[in-house]
Amino acid sequence: WRAPPGTRTLTPRFGPSKPMLAFRFLRALTLVHRTAANSSNAARSRRIQRAAFASMAYSAGPRRAWSRALLCRLHFHRARRRCAGRRRAAGVPRRPSTTGSPADGLRRLVPGGTGMDYCGLLEETADYIRCLSEQVKLMQSIVDSVGPGGR
Amino acid sequence: MSSRRSRVSEEEINRLVSKLQSLLPETRQRGAGRASAAKLLKETCNYIRSLNRDVDDLSDRLSAIMATMDSSSAEAEMVRSLLRS
Repeated sequence: WRAPPGTRTLTPRFGPSKPMLAFRFLRALTLVHRTAANSSNAARSRRIQRAAFASMAYSAGPRRAWSRALLCRLHFHRARRRCAGRRRAAGVPRRPSTTGSPADGLRRLVPGGTGMDYCGLLEETADYIRCLSEQVKLMQSIVDSVGPGGR
Repeated sequence: MSSRRSRVSEEEINRLVSKLQSLLPETRQRGAGRASAAKLLKETCNYIRSLNRDVDDLSDRLSAIMATMDSSSAEAEMVRSLLRS
């Protein structure tokens, strides 16, 4: 059984509602705009990227291992930021190495994946993909309606 | 016995693998039949990487858009775009 595309109604057990995701992300964007107006494009872009993963994780809440792992990573980075001076945006997955089995590859890509058994990994991956693709659609729709030529 | 338990988890794994396959965009579902879970996992990895690249690219574009806006219109525009979608 497969749901026909575009007919996904609000089923809370499948994850955050789209309006909540949108509100969180837009709120984060306005904060970035207010506080990073004089930053470089690259620095602002990193903050926006971080805001994307943060709003994803906050919207999913603690019910998922991947969102818990992302939230931990984000808070950890904020605490370390003054000491480490690292430039990579927090919460953004590193470029994974290409060694190991496909399941290992997946474990490196899904936040919190390294500790998981196979079944848990598949469940978390499905949820993570759903949320990540929603986030991408949200960002795309903002760019489409707000960007140059989109009105 | 343990063989019975592994049969049950195998069904569960097949179910989860099918669910994952249905989440991939159609172009990535080709050729990832039930027999090749490894191939499906690889496609899933590729899909996640491409989603990460999309977030990266869209963040760049949002940053560039932000640079051209003054504070009062930026927030109004963003709220309007939310109401439109």
